[in-house]
Amino acid sequence: MKLDLTRNETLVAGVILAFCAIAAVVDPGFLSMPTLTDLLRGGIVLGIFAVGAMLVLVSGGIDVSFTAVAAFAMYTTTLLLVNWAPGLPWWAAFLVAMAIGALLGAFNGLFIAGFGLPTLIVTLGTLSIFRGFLLTFVGSKLISNLPPGMRDFSRLMMVRGTNADGSFYSLPWAFAFLVGVVVVTWTILYRTMLGRAIFAMGGSMESARRIGIPVRATQFFVYVYVGTMAGLAGIIHASMARVANPFDLVGLELSVIAAVVLGGARLAGGYGTLTGTLLGVALIVLVRNSLIVLGIPSTWQSVAIGILILIGTGLPAWQAKRAAARAA
Amino acid sequence: MKRLLAAPEGRLAVITLVIFAGMSFLAPDRFLSVQNVTSMAFQFPEFAILALAMTITMLTGGIDLSVVGIANLSAIVAALILTRFATGTTGTDAVLWLALALAAAGGIGLVAGLFNGVAVAVFGLPAILATLGSGLIFTGIAIALTGGSAVMGFPAAAAWLGNATLAGVPVPLLLFALLAGGLAFVLARTGFGLKVQMYGTNPLAAHFAGVDVTRLLIRVYAVSGVLAAIAGLVVMSRANSAKADYGSSYLLLAVLIAVLGGVNPYGGYGRVVGVVLAVLSMQFLSSGLNMLGVSNFARELIWGALLLVVMVVNAGSWPRLRARPRVRAEPGLQPSPGTET
Amino acid sequence: MTAADEPLIVMRGVTKTYAGIRALDGVGFAIREGEAVSLAGENGSGKSTLIKILAGAEEPDEASITVAGESFARLTPRQSAGAGIMVIFQDFSLFPNLSVAENIGFSAELHAGHRLVDRGRVRALAARTLERVGVDIPLDARVETLSVAHKQLVAICRALASDARLIIMDEPTTALTEREVRVLLGIIRRLKADGVAVLFVSHKLAEVLEVCEHVVVLRNGRKVAEGPAGEFDAASLARHMTGRDVAEALPSPLADGAPRLLEVRGLSKAGAFADIGFELHAGEVLGIAGLLGSGRTPLAKALFGLVAPDAGRVTLDGREVPLGDPLAAAAAGIGYVPEDRLTEGLFLTQSILRNVGIGRLEAHAQGPLLDVAGLWREAEEWLRRLAVKAPDPAAPVRSLSGGNQQRVVLARWLARGPRMLLLNGPTVGVDVGSKAEIHGIIRDLAGRGLGVVVISDDLPELLATCHRILVMKEGRITDDLPGTATSEADLAHRLAS
Repeated sequence: MKLDLTRNETLVAGVILAFCAIAAVVDPGFLSMPTLTDLLRGGIVLGIFAVGAMLVLVSGGIDVSFTAVAAFAMYTTTLLLVNWAPGLPWWAAFLVAMAIGALLGAFNGLFIAGFGLPTLIVTLGTLSIFRGFLLTFVGSKLISNLPPGMRDFSRLMMVRGTNADGSFYSLPWAFAFLVGVVVVTWTILYRTMLGRAIFAMGGSMESARRIGIPVRATQFFVYVYVGTMAGLAGIIHASMARVANPFDLVGLELSVIAAVVLGGARLAGGYGTLTGTLLGVALIVLVRNSLIVLGIPSTWQSVAIGILILIGTGLPAWQAKRAAARAA
Repeated sequence: MKRLLAAPEGRLAVITLVIFAGMSFLAPDRFLSVQNVTSMAFQFPEFAILALAMTITMLTGGIDLSVVGIANLSAIVAALILTRFATGTTGTDAVLWLALALAAAGGIGLVAGLFNGVAVAVFGLPAILATLGSGLIFTGIAIALTGGSAVMGFPAAAAWLGNATLAGVPVPLLLFALLAGGLAFVLARTGFGLKVQMYGTNPLAAHFAGVDVTRLLIRVYAVSGVLAAIAGLVVMSRANSAKADYGSSYLLLAVLIAVLGGVNPYGGYGRVVGVVLAVLSMQFLSSGLNMLGVSNFARELIWGALLLVVMVVNAGSWPRLRARPRVRAEPGLQPSPGTET
Repeated sequence: MTAADEPLIVMRGVTKTYAGIRALDGVGFAIREGEAVSLAGENGSGKSTLIKILAGAEEPDEASITVAGESFARLTPRQSAGAGIMVIFQDFSLFPNLSVAENIGFSAELHAGHRLVDRGRVRALAARTLERVGVDIPLDARVETLSVAHKQLVAICRALASDARLIIMDEPTTALTEREVRVLLGIIRRLKADGVAVLFVSHKLAEVLEVCEHVVVLRNGRKVAEGPAGEFDAASLARHMTGRDVAEALPSPLADGAPRLLEVRGLSKAGAFADIGFELHAGEVLGIAGLLGSGRTPLAKALFGLVAPDAGRVTLDGREVPLGDPLAAAAAGIGYVPEDRLTEGLFLTQSILRNVGIGRLEAHAQGPLLDVAGLWREAEEWLRRLAVKAPDPAAPVRSLSGGNQQRVVLARWLARGPRMLLLNGPTVGVDVGSKAEIHGIIRDLAGRGLGVVVISDDLPELLATCHRILVMKEGRITDDLPGTATSEADLAHRLAS
C-alpha cells in the first residue's frame, strides 16, 4: 500500500512516531508519564492558539495578531484583578480575558469584514497596535503577584503522580480547556451552518456570496472567535506561568501558524482539520521539549522546526506542481 | 493637487510633509536640531534597506519573511570572521579582513536568497511559508553558531559602515540612497525590473509570454537576500556586535513600510519613491514622538495605526487582479468581501 | 394562483444604462412553466445584464417583471431566489472543498434557516435530487475531484434542491464534450417534464436548439428576433446575432511549392492527445477544429512547450524544437496567443506598451540596461500596424475592447518576428466587427509568408481563414480537409459524429 503523503496528517503522524521511536531507543526513559504530561502541558496554550489560527485559515484569511491579543487580554485582566477585584474567582478572570479578546478580535473584524482589507496586512497592523497600546497605556511591568483566584487555578491538577524513577509528574486542569476548545470548535465547524459557511467561504468566497451566505458577518465572527480563544490562551498562560509578563507570547504567532499548516491547513483557505492541527502542535512541542533526547543540542531547535515547515509544506506543493504539469 | 492625491505616493508625500511640519511645530528646537536630523539619518537606513528587500519580493506577489534571519546570519558570519582573525590586526591586514568579512556576509545573503528562490520557483512553495521556514533555519543556524549570545570586539575599521560620515553625510544614509536609487533604476530601466512588475501583475501571462519565470523568481529572492545581508552589516556596525535576535521587530516593520509605501501586496505595483517616503514618515513620526516624550512602545502603536489608515485610504486604488482565478493569489492577501463587486 | 396559460415569468420593457450606455433597451419576453427558452446574443449584447437583473443582483432602470402573477419593478436577490429563479453561472459557483451532498444541499439548508447541520437530511435531499435528474455521482466525493460535466450537474441539482422553477444557464455547453451535451439535453428534457423552466443564455446555441420551444435574440441591448425554436437554425441565429450576413473574404490560395515550415511527428501525451502528425507550410493557415476536451488546447500548448509531450518530435525549418520548453519554442520562432486572453494573455493593469514590449526585452537590451525609448517606439509601431485603437498607449490594457486587446497580444508576438503563430481561439469574446478584422489580419500575415495555426471551435472562423482544416476528436486527428472545399455543415458533422 502506498502511503498518501499528500495528506499532511499522515506525514506529521509518521514523523512524530519516528521521533518517538528513535528517542525511545536512545533514551529508554523517554516513553514515560513525565514526557507525556510535559508534552500535553506544553501543548495547552499553543493548542488553543492553533485551533483559532486554523479557523481563520479555513475561512480563507490569516491572523498574526492573536498573540498580541492574548498578551493584552492576559495582562489587562491580571492588572484589573490585582487593582480592583482581587477576590474574584478564577473563572471570572477567564471570562474577563475572553471578553477583552473578543473585543480586540472585533477590531480586526471591523477592518477585515467592514473595510474589506487584506487579512495579513490588517492583523500585522493590529499586532503593532495592540502591543503598543498595552505597553504604553496599560503597563510594561511584570506582575508576579497574581490574584489569588488565578493562583488557585494553577494549583488544580488533573493528574499527578510519581514515576518509577521517582520523578514527579502532573497535568493541570488547564488541559481540560484545550479539550473544551477543541470540542466547541469541532461542533461549530462540523455541526452548525456557521461552520460550514466558514469552510464554504474558504473554498470560494465568490460562490459563498452568490448563494447568499452572509460573508461579512461570518468573517466578523471568525475574528471575534479567534480573539476570544486568544484571550483564553493568554489568561491560561499567565496562570500556569504564575506571572503576567506583557512581553510574553508575541513572537509565537508564526510558529503557531506553522504548526497549523504542518497539520494540513492550506493558506489558500477551505482546508484544515482539528486532528491535523493538534498533530502539528504536538510535533512542534515535541521538537521544543525533546530534541535534546535525540542528541541534537536545543540551539538547533528552530532549524529543526524550519526544516519541518519546508518539508511539510514543500512535499504537497511539489506534488501539486507535478500533478498540474502532468494534467496539462 | 488632485493628480498628486490620486497616486498612493502623492498621498504619502502629503502625509510625510504633514508629519514633518507637525513635529517641527510641536518640538521646534529639538526636532529640527542638527543633532536630531543626524541621529535620524543614522537610525533608519538599516530597516529601510530591509524594506527594499521586502518591496522587490512583494512586487512579484510574494513576500520574504526571512530577511531578518538572513541579516543576522550574515552579520554573525562577518562578526565571527572579524573577531577570530581581525582583532589586533592593523592597516592593510585589517582592511583585508574587513573586506573578506563583508564579502562573506554578502555571499551568505546571496546563498540564502537563492535557497528561498528555489523553494518558491522550483518547488512551488507559497512564498509566505517558504520564507517563514527558511527564516527559522537561518535564525537557527545563527543561534547554533553563537550559542545565542552576542559576538563583539571588532577592529575599529568595522565601525565605519554604520557610524562614519562622508562629507558630513552619514555612511548608512549614503548606502541606503545608493541601494534605493539602484533598485528604482533596476525597476525602471532594466528588462529584469520590467519583468518583475509584469510577473507580479499576472504570473500566468508572463509564463505564456515566454518569460523565464523560474529564473526571474530566483533572482528576485537572491536580490532580497543580498539586500538583507547589507542591512545586517549596517546593524552589526552600528551596534558594534552581532546577535541572532537583533532587529526581530524589523520584520513586521519592513512589511509595514512596503505596504505603507503603496506596494501592492498582490504584486505588480510599487514604486521605490513610495517606500522611501514611507520610511521617512515612519522615522519622523518615531523621532518626533520620542522628542515629545512618548515611549518606544507608543511608536509601535502609531506605526500600526498609520498602516491601517493608509490601507483604508488606498484600498480603493489597488487594482484587484480579478482576472486570474486560476493563479491563487498569495494566500492571506486575498481581498476580503465587501470591496469586490 | 396562476392560471394555467399564464407564463411563469413575463418581462416587459427591461432597460438598464451603464455610464450612459444602454446595456438593455426595452427588452421583454415571457417564459412558461416547463418551457426551455434560448436567449442568444454576442458578447456585449446585454445577456449577462439580463441574467443579473433576473437574479436580483442588478437593479434595472425600468422594468416590469411578473413572476407567477406577482409584479415587480425590480427583484431583490431574496425575492428572486424565493420565486425559484436560480442562475447557474459559467463557473458553477460551487465549493471545491466540500462534498457533492453538501454542495447540493447548502443553499436549501441556508434558506430554510437551519442553524445546525443535519447530515442525514442533507444527504437524503442530495440523493433525491440526483435521482430526479437521473445521474449517479458519489455523494461524498469532493467537488474538486469531479469532471466539468459532473460539476455542472451538481450545480443543476443545487438549483433543484432549492425548489428551482426557472433555471438560468449561462453558456452551458462551452466546457462540455459532445457526449456530455447529449446527457445535459436529456436532463433538461426530464426537468421540463417536471415543470421546471430553463433559460439558456449563450452565443453558441445551435447545440441546445432541439430542446428549446422558444428563441429570443439580443443585439446591442435590444431584442432583434423572437419566435418558436423551429424557425431558427445555426445560420439564421448567427445572422440575427451579428446583424448581417458575415460574408468574409476567403483565404487566398496557397502558392505552389511553399516551403515546409513546421513538421510534427508522432506527438503524444497520455490522456490528452495521441500520435499527432501534420505539416505546416510558409504562408499557410492551418485550422485545428475540435470540441472542448478533444485535446486541441493541450496540443497547442505542447507545440509551444507549455505542456511536455510524452513522445514525438517537432521540427521548424528542419531544426528540431526542444519539447516542453516555452523559451526554446519562442526562440525557435513560434508564437502562442492563448485561449483565455484575460488570464493567460494580458497584464491587465499594465500599460498597453508594456504588454507589447514584454516579448522584446532581450532585443532591446544594451548590456544590463534596457533601451526603453527604442522598446516603446517599436511597440507603438506595431500598435499602429495592427490598427489598435488606443488613444493613450500608456493606459492600462484593460481599458481596451476585446478586439483591441487581442491585437495587443498579437502585436507582442509579431514584434518578435516569429516564423509561425499558434492562435488558440483568436476571436473568443471579440465583437463581430473586430472578428472579421482579426480574420483579415490572419489572412494578411499568412500572405506575408508566416505560418499560422488557428485552433478554434468556431467553424465559420476556420472556414474564413484556413487553407486546410484538421479535425481533432478524442485526442486524435481524424480528418484532414481542404479549407476552401469544405462546408460548415460537413465540418460540424465530422466534429460531432
